[in-house]
Formats: sequence, C-alpha cells, structure tokens
Amino acid sequence: MAIKNLPKEELLFRGTGACPGCMASLSTRIVLKALGKKTILVIPASCTASIEGFYPNTPYNIPVLTMAFEAAAAAASGVSAALERLGENDTNVVVWAGDGGTYDIGLQALSGAVERGTNFIYICYNNESYSNTGIQRSGATPYGAWTTTTWAGKTEQRKDVPAIMRAHDVAYLATASPSYAEDLFRKVRRAKSIKGSKYIEIHSPCSPAWRFPMDKTIEVGRLAVQTGAWALYEYENGKLTFSGRSKLILEREVEPEPIEDYLKVQGRFSHLFEPSRDEERLNEIKRRLEWDWDRFRKEVACEIG
Amino acid sequence: MVVMMDSGNRIAAKAAQMARPEVISAYPITPQTVIVEQIAKYVESGELDAKYIRVESEHSAMSACIGASATGVRTFTATSSQGLALMHEMLHWAALARLPVVMVNVNRTLAPGWSIFPDETDSLAQRDTGWIQLYCSSNQEIFDTIIQAFRLAETKEVQLPVMINYNGFILSHTFMPVEIPEQRDVDEFLPKFKPFWKMDTENPVTHGNTVSDEDYMEIRYDMHLAQQNAKRLIPEIAQEWKDKFGTYHGGLIEEYRCENAEFIIIAMGAIGAEAKVSVDNLRKEGHKVGLARIRVARPFPKEEIQRIGKDKTLIVVDRNISIGSGGWVVTETKSALYGHYDSQVYGFIAGLGGRDVTYQDLGDITKRVINKKAKETEWWDLKKVGAK
Repeated sequence: MAIKNLPKEELLFRGTGACPGCMASLSTRIVLKALGKKTILVIPASCTASIEGFYPNTPYNIPVLTMAFEAAAAAASGVSAALERLGENDTNVVVWAGDGGTYDIGLQALSGAVERGTNFIYICYNNESYSNTGIQRSGATPYGAWTTTTWAGKTEQRKDVPAIMRAHDVAYLATASPSYAEDLFRKVRRAKSIKGSKYIEIHSPCSPAWRFPMDKTIEVGRLAVQTGAWALYEYENGKLTFSGRSKLILEREVEPEPIEDYLKVQGRFSHLFEPSRDEERLNEIKRRLEWDWDRFRKEVACEIG
Repeated sequence: MVVMMDSGNRIAAKAAQMARPEVISAYPITPQTVIVEQIAKYVESGELDAKYIRVESEHSAMSACIGASATGVRTFTATSSQGLALMHEMLHWAALARLPVVMVNVNRTLAPGWSIFPDETDSLAQRDTGWIQLYCSSNQEIFDTIIQAFRLAETKEVQLPVMINYNGFILSHTFMPVEIPEQRDVDEFLPKFKPFWKMDTENPVTHGNTVSDEDYMEIRYDMHLAQQNAKRLIPEIAQEWKDKFGTYHGGLIEEYRCENAEFIIIAMGAIGAEAKVSVDNLRKEGHKVGLARIRVARPFPKEEIQRIGKDKTLIVVDRNISIGSGGWVVTETKSALYGHYDSQVYGFIAGLGGRDVTYQDLGDITKRVINKKAKETEWWDLKKVGAK
C-alpha cells in the first residue's frame, strides 16, 4: 500500500508535545492508522508520556492509560483481561513504550505478559537512549555512542530484545522503521490480525539524542537499514523472514552501504572520527555488525528463529 | 446462611469469591498464599467467573489491577509484607487514579532478617498512599469487611482503593467458625460494579497525562475529601450489614466495656481481640478499664479518639514501629487529642516480628500504667537494651 492510500482518519492530532522531526510521533500516526479507532493505548513513562501534553488537553483520539515506567505490559494484561471478561474482543490493546521502558526497567513485566500469552501488541519505539530524561544510556544504546552518562562513548554492545522475545515464542514479531512507512503499516496490520502476544520494535532516530539536524530523521532511518545497522524482519510460527533491503543484505545479494556513512551523520559518534579516527572502536562496530548478520543467516538457515 | 469452619485466608478467599470480582491478579507470598491458591480453585472450577492473571510480581499484580479497573471491571488482589513494599509505587498510582481496587494484606514483618510472622509495619508504611486501611481481629470480621470494602470503594463519594489487613498466622492460619450468608443476599448488598469512568473507545479520554501545578493540589484535596467521606460511610455500611446479616464488629472503632472506664487500651488487629480478655480480667479485679480497637487506620478516626479519650488515661499498644519516631498509633492518637484534651497517653511497642503478645502481657502493661510505673514510651518484653 502506498503512503497516499493510508487511511485518512487521524487518531493522533496536531499539537503534540513532540520535538520537531520526532520519529515517535510520526510512527504513532502511522501505527494508529493501521490499528483504527477501536484501540486502547497504554503508555509508560517515556518521551511519549510528554508527547501526550498537559491535562486537560490530549492529542490522542483513542483512550490512553498513562502508566508507571516499568508497568506497561502488566497494566495491559489487566486491560486485556477486563476486555475479555466484558466480551469486547474487537478492541486492540497496545503498549507504546520506549527502549528504556522495554529493554531495561520494563523487561520483567514484558516477559511475564508475553509468557502468559496476553492478547496485546507491545510496541517498542527504540530511540536507543533515555531521550526523555536527557539522553542517558540504555540497554539499546549502541556501542561507542555518546550519551549524557557515557560521555566518551558506550563501552558495551546493545542487547537484542527481539531475540529475547523470539525466545518467548511470541505469536508475531516484527522490526520496522517509519522511513519505510508502508512496511510499518503492513506489519501493524498483520499483528492486529493475530491473537496472542505480538511484539513490534520500531527504530526511531532521534535528532536531539543522536545529534543530527531535525529535518534528517527519515534519511537517517533509511541509512540505518541500508547500512545494515537496523534490520527489517518478521517472526511467525518459528520462522524468521527478512524483507526489502534487509533481505538482500541477508542473502548477500547486495553489499550494505558503508557503516561509516551512517555513523558520520550522527554527532553522537563524532568522537570516533575527530580529532582522529578511532580504528579500534570502528573495527569493533564493524566486527559486531558482521557477527549480527551471520547470526541472522544461521537462524534463517536453521528455521528456528 | 451456613457456618464455615476455616482459616482466615480461606475465609478471605470465600469473601472475595462471593463479591464476584471480574479480574483478579495476584502473586504468592507467605502467609497470603492460601488465598491465591483457593481463588485459583474457584476460578478453575467455575465457582468464580473471573479472569485470573497469575503475574510474575506484586508490582505487576497491582499494575494489572489498575489496568483492569480502568477498563471498568471489579478487581481484587492479595499480598503481604515484601510484596506490599514492592507494590508501593503502584499503590499511589491506584489511589491517585481513583480506582476502587480491593486488596487483602496479610500483615507480616519486613526483612532482613527474614521473618514470616506478623507485625503491622508493612501496611502502616503505606499509610500515605491514599488507600483506605481496615484492620480485622477475627475471621468473621475478615469475611464481612472484604465484602463491605467493595461497597465502600465503589461508592461515588469515595472511589478509592481499600486494603483489608489482618495478622499473619494469628488469623490467616487459625480456624474459626464464620457465618456465610446466601449469595443472593450478598449480591443484593453488593450489586454489580458500575464504574464512574472507564476507558471507552466511543468516548476516548487520555488518563494520567502531565498535570501542572494549576490542578495537582485540587486532585489531592479531592482525595482527602473522599477519605473524610469514608469516615461517615464505613460505620453506615457496617450498620447496614448488621441489619441484614446480624454480624457487627464496630464502626471506625470497636468499643469494649468503655463505660465508666478510667483507663482505655487502644490497639489494632489481633492484639485488639486479645485485649478483650485482659479487660475482662482487669474489670474482675476492680480496675475501670476498657478497650478501643481501631478498625480503620486511614482515614484515621480522629474525632472518635477525641470522644473516647476525653478525661481518660490511654494505653496504646503498637505492633509496628516507625524507627526514629515510635509507635504509629500512639503518635496519631496524641496528634488527635492535641489542642482538645489533656489526656495522659502511654505508648508501648510490642509484638514486633511476631513475638507473642498475650492477654497477660496486656494486663501487665495496663497495671504498669495504673500503678504509675510506666514511662511515656516503652518497648515491652525487650530482652537486650539499646544500640551502643
């Protein structure tokens, strides 16, 4: 489906508290178009809790339950159980959480909710840091990236929460990017059609945190996929499937664009190039990237997800 | 009506079942476990038509209750001690969101060191969360109070969560005969839950977004007024229950032989039941002693304390401790009297970590006051004294 053919109905209005060029609000708009009006959103502490704006105003045209940081998946379990008890089985229960609320403080509640087979879609919009509190490191921050708690660059690799979710054998899993809006829309629609626990992770380049101009977010998101720094895939019935450019990279049909093209447009990696090139850390980034893709190739070959 | 001979926990589970909650979410912890086990049986056997979410922590138990309650259904959970402490953040959340969640807390000592035996520091440490707190001293009171708690929580003038507390083991694992009314009569007393607000896709509202200082204080004040309303409603609901079912345990306070009393013991929970024996014995010996058992810690029955405490000597026994301050009930009691009556108030810390407090202990404590031997504050039955 082309972008111009997406549903016209807006469920996220203008006047949000988002920064200019925010991928979280753009993604929300696309996701809500895919979900439709019969949707309840649970939002833990995150940028999006600020994007909600000040009481008594709201930019959302669907019910929203704002939640404590670590509690969104558990609260969604309660919403889902209540709807089942009331026989309202056609309402989507959706968590919309950041990487802090997903990778770190909310991981226990997420694991519990998914293990219980909660009928919901858990969406993590991953901007690779605690952006809302001023860009501190998270478990999703990539190696080498500057944050306000890793001034010289993060010294650890990020963890792989989608892999943790696959280990829970979720009913459906997808990674996405709003730079590929049609792909994101299709994946949310797919998740909506399946009963059980669904997990979608949306890569969300963040202008203030990643240090790039606010009119470049779509381009940075596209570069992430083209360089292989972000992979677009789905998981269903134990099978891992890649799409678009990521499929071509996986199958070695194309060489990924040089990773340095992606790193250089982001101020958070500038210390890897200025005042002199940090070959050791650049090599580590490249080594890890190859390791990630090799792992994907093995998983796809084994068909074990 | 039938009489059920069972433990406090199984009586609590029975009350929860008869209150017909629609979503239950709970995590096991000693000494509460029997409640969650029994509810699982009720749900699996179809005796309770509810969704039961077997969560991975108490924090998630309360979070799931919040989500379910905000979606418009009656919710119930139960916990104890460490579990209650883990819930702390979400206790504030449930109250501030004005959700009528009902929860049993089986009072248990906090660690370290580990102890599964009762004191009331766990629940009293949560007194500022906005929850209504009720304390029971018999299994019949547990049954009656749980069903009454749903009525209270779901009343328009209240709309606050309610916590029912009783001592671990002393009540949770002790068998007593309990009168169980007919389900249809319970249904009449506690009709189906009609939420005052809920998440509704036909009427989309954003709940809990950022509130500026223009509104925050008013929201808190409204909660304070709701607690004041509960002061009026708790005795009214208890009276209505008495008229319908015959059992009664007092209003905000249960008074026992307070007529002509010069000395009044003030206590909560199981100690409040034990003290009745002490009062009978002391009366036999010619001492003018009565008992005021506090049933409601939040809202604190300030006016009742003033009425009962006027011109009396009060002996407050606290099975709890606010380290660095003292017993919680004695502090609140003095605060209630200040500026109104110049009553003598003596405070005793007793029974922490589940140490037994018998009717003899309570008799000895009272005589210490009568014989003018007592200091203003004492730790009862202390074996070793003091941090060096």
